[in-house]
Amino acid sequence: MAAINRDDVAHLARLAHIEMSAQELDRMAGELAVIVDSVKSVSEAAGDDVPATSHPIPLTNVFREDVVGHTFSAEQALSGAPDSDDNRFKVPAILDEA
Amino acid sequence: MSEQNTTAEGLIRLSAADLAEKLRAGEVTAVEVTQAHLDRIAAVDGGERGVNAYLHVNAEEALAVAAEVDAIRAAGGAEAEALHYLAGVPIAVKDLIVTVGQPTTAGSKILEGWHSPYDATVVERLRAARMPILGKTNLDEFAMGSSTEHSAYGPTRNPWDLDRIPGGSGGGSAAAVAAFEAPLALGTDTGGSIRQPGAVTGTVGVKPTYGSVSRYGAIAMASSLDQIGPVTRTVLDSALLHQVIGGHDPRDSTSLPEPLADLVAAAKTGNVEGLRIGIIKELHGEGYQAGVENRFNESLQLLKEAGAEIVEVSCPNFQYALGAYYLIMPSEASSNLAKFDGVRYGLRVLPEEGPMTIERVMGATRAAGFGDEVKRRIILGTYALSAGYYDAYYGSAQKVRTLVQRDFEAAFAKADVLISPTAPTTAFRLGEKLDDPLAMYLNDVATIPANLAGVPGLSLPGGLADEDGLPVGIQLLAPAREDARLYRVGAVLESLLEAKWGGPLLAQAPDLAAAQALEAQEAK
Amino acid sequence: MSTDTILSFEEAMEKYDPVLGFEVHVELNTKTKMFSSAPNVFGDEPNTNVNEVDLGMPGVLPVVNKTAIESSIKIGLALNCKIAEYCRFSRKQYFYPDTPKNFQTSQYDEPIAYDGYLDVELEDGTVFRVEIERAHMEEDAGKLTHMGGATGRIQGADFSLVDYNRAGVPLVEIVTKPIEGAGSRAPELAKAYVAAVREIVKNLGVSDAKMERGNVRCDANVSLRPHGRERFGIRSETKNVNSLRAVEHAVRYEIQRHAAVLDSGEPVIQETRHWHEDTRTTTSGRAKSDADDYRYFPEPDLVPVVASREWVEELRATLPEPPAERRKRLKADWGYSDLEFRDVVNAGVLDEIEETIAAGATASVARKWWMGEIVGRAKAADVDPGQLGVQPATIVELSKMVEAGKINNKMASQVLDGVLAGEGTPEEIVEKRGLAVVSDDGALLEAIDAALAAQPDVAEKIRGGKVQAIGAIVGGVMKATRGQADAGRVRELILEKLGVTA
Repeated sequence: MAAINRDDVAHLARLAHIEMSAQELDRMAGELAVIVDSVKSVSEAAGDDVPATSHPIPLTNVFREDVVGHTFSAEQALSGAPDSDDNRFKVPAILDEA
Repeated sequence: MSEQNTTAEGLIRLSAADLAEKLRAGEVTAVEVTQAHLDRIAAVDGGERGVNAYLHVNAEEALAVAAEVDAIRAAGGAEAEALHYLAGVPIAVKDLIVTVGQPTTAGSKILEGWHSPYDATVVERLRAARMPILGKTNLDEFAMGSSTEHSAYGPTRNPWDLDRIPGGSGGGSAAAVAAFEAPLALGTDTGGSIRQPGAVTGTVGVKPTYGSVSRYGAIAMASSLDQIGPVTRTVLDSALLHQVIGGHDPRDSTSLPEPLADLVAAAKTGNVEGLRIGIIKELHGEGYQAGVENRFNESLQLLKEAGAEIVEVSCPNFQYALGAYYLIMPSEASSNLAKFDGVRYGLRVLPEEGPMTIERVMGATRAAGFGDEVKRRIILGTYALSAGYYDAYYGSAQKVRTLVQRDFEAAFAKADVLISPTAPTTAFRLGEKLDDPLAMYLNDVATIPANLAGVPGLSLPGGLADEDGLPVGIQLLAPAREDARLYRVGAVLESLLEAKWGGPLLAQAPDLAAAQALEAQEAK
Repeated sequence: MSTDTILSFEEAMEKYDPVLGFEVHVELNTKTKMFSSAPNVFGDEPNTNVNEVDLGMPGVLPVVNKTAIESSIKIGLALNCKIAEYCRFSRKQYFYPDTPKNFQTSQYDEPIAYDGYLDVELEDGTVFRVEIERAHMEEDAGKLTHMGGATGRIQGADFSLVDYNRAGVPLVEIVTKPIEGAGSRAPELAKAYVAAVREIVKNLGVSDAKMERGNVRCDANVSLRPHGRERFGIRSETKNVNSLRAVEHAVRYEIQRHAAVLDSGEPVIQETRHWHEDTRTTTSGRAKSDADDYRYFPEPDLVPVVASREWVEELRATLPEPPAERRKRLKADWGYSDLEFRDVVNAGVLDEIEETIAAGATASVARKWWMGEIVGRAKAADVDPGQLGVQPATIVELSKMVEAGKINNKMASQVLDGVLAGEGTPEEIVEKRGLAVVSDDGALLEAIDAALAAQPDVAEKIRGGKVQAIGAIVGGVMKATRGQADAGRVRELILEKLGVTA
């Protein structure tokens, strides 16, 4: 298994949308390396013939009938919003063009 | 019942079942019971050396619900008849479970001050049963931890020793029940978060079969592992509470379709004769504290004397369970926690410098809102799912899950119920393992297999370890959908142990109020 | 705007061979959303068709809409696909403010339908088989409105507003295999393919199929390779091409742009392109990058879907007649010639003509109106004929008025203009515009007398039995009445006056 380094952590932090200082990246890289090392036996535990289990209890075909249920008012929907305008959630610009 | 039991001091020490009987008999009112617990919370929970089991106390609403119950009971008639058995018995709710009318934080800064516009299914069921909700209990942030030290709102202390951890993630619920700040509480268990706190605080905790209790409204950590369950002081109380919150919920696709078995009847069965109880070879011995091992053997002896057949089973793939868990859990958590981004609810933090784009705002919000352990698991999960690593990590872990299930199947062919210590050690000191994530993770080694396989597990007090005088937990495991077996065996073992101790284990706990007062005096 | 250099389409075709691919998103018209019971309704007040699930609130869980599954299976069957016996949903993870959970619940490697095909008929009747790779289920995102910029586009915006009403609307994404061999007919095929998909989902009743509302959205992949080379070139993906004409134009434009890039010796960049209807060009979106690591994994909050063969056959039995078979039937029923029928199909007025006939018109009258009057007007207005808003009942009413001799064809055309201008019902317009045919025999007889007096020699010929000469007299009468007379009635009166039986 490939070792996990600081650049890897920086990439993962970008994917996960968590800003990290250089110091944090270094610390996290060290901690993750230890953890990743400790779980590596997992990849050797099961052969190709073992199926994966995604759900602990095997249920299938759990559906909802197509019947309208409750809705929020716009006010309720926005009640916890950090910022809003005109009954919509307000977010900063998506592109950086400054 | 002695007269002392109707004083406030006496009421808080009663089990939920005893409180329910007294309420029905009209010996006490729900308001008195609720107020007694609120007073206890006020006495022991706050302050520098307080237990800090509660993040939010909900006195007004709890008393209002209690008053309603009293009014209905006083009026008599059909409505009084229809009252739930536990109506008026107060309860504490882990702050991972959403509630209308009081905040839900998940122990995180990122949700500070957030009020859910909807109730979790289990909360709806508590309300339908008219059980006053005392408040929301502390936890490791987003239930990620085994000590409740990862709460953004300070650690909870273990009522047995205020310098020790109460377990985690549900340390708040376990400590509240152990400190007589609530007769009942709800927890969530992803890798042991109900059972391990139960073990180290001398309380009972149950992780039901996956799907037995609706997860709707429990803030998800790892969807395929999470399960809500009871935290109580007796096995019967857990059965009673499981019966309130369990059963099919159409809002949870993974909810079991069939009705619950009669768990209360199972808890009242009163014998284990002829039952085969399997010791899991891999879940005791090396790595387990001597005092834990001693209490475990003592329980085995009692069960054997009561007529159970003790067999040994081997689950060789359990050695991979911890590793698989620490891949599956962070993978699912990294995804479940993506929604906390400062757009729709909760914290929003603006970057201190540079361009003010939504990307940056999300990044700054999550950097400021999440604690270190949460970040660690999100990064680990992101890694395990990322291109090129999925098969080796997440994919392999899902295969280990199959192997663990096969081990359980083989074991349950030989035994009706499996038994092990709940945790390898008794409660450790606050701060002792905070900087060593791996050592912290090892606490869950005995509880994790049940979550991976979806089978139910119960932890009950097994006595005090000789070397430190702290509680030891005994874990019982049953096949999926056979939760009733846990209550049957658990209740028998509990009565055998209590007969040996001459009363509940918690009667041996130090007098918390006195301890706190003494410490306060010493501090002066 | 775009500064891309492009080659002429002809030159591009001389040098290169296009390979196409399409991802068509179809919004299902279920009553509720894919995973929540909030209503699936277009155009309501922002953030009112939502509940805690659609907003991605802490603690929520999804539950699959059964009707959406059935609609997806129907689409798969109509596209001649195999239906998976077992399939799951996955999480496609990326952060974007229109995506409430910051992942989209979508099918990934286990689509509900796969390995199908669609036979697409081009304008000249050529049939081209498009292979379908898969049709999978997913959920729509919310709607972002970019504010503060001059253009309302994402570029230059100061902030954006999010409405989650659309979040969670069920989508079926239909993905083709690479389409080779279309050659210079690629743009035409693109349009015909999307039209065929739209027709199928509309015919199934599983989608409102209104492209202008985004019910059917197309992402078009285009790549070029030199003639004779097997390996595909690098493709661009043009997003959200949301009308049939735009699909055709976008594919044509991308072919021309790619050709120019390849000619310059530069590599084509694998990227997303945005279509601009106003300039009929594309602009660069973002290049594919490591940010596209979607970290798919099976959705643990949903259980697998198992489509038993019995269930699939039950659904198959409910499928309506496929559009191609329907066309065959209609052509026979209506008695149109090959050419007439193809013109009707190409003009995209098959449904409209069917509805008009159902409302009471004859097949030939319906065709005359749609092809002769309405299609031309639609072209002038640069919209699809169906979008002009002509009601079948209007056509029936107009044709009845003509038959009754109340107005003539020329007037009827003017009345239609009036209807389209919103002047009222045909009856009201005839009245308001004073368009009624002059049928007062007294007034006509005066005009006939005058016309006969003006051309006595012609009158004599008619009396002598040369009835075909009557045209000159009729023409005189029509001229005198400025076209408002009923020519048939005029003819009758002339013959009567001259004592001749026709």
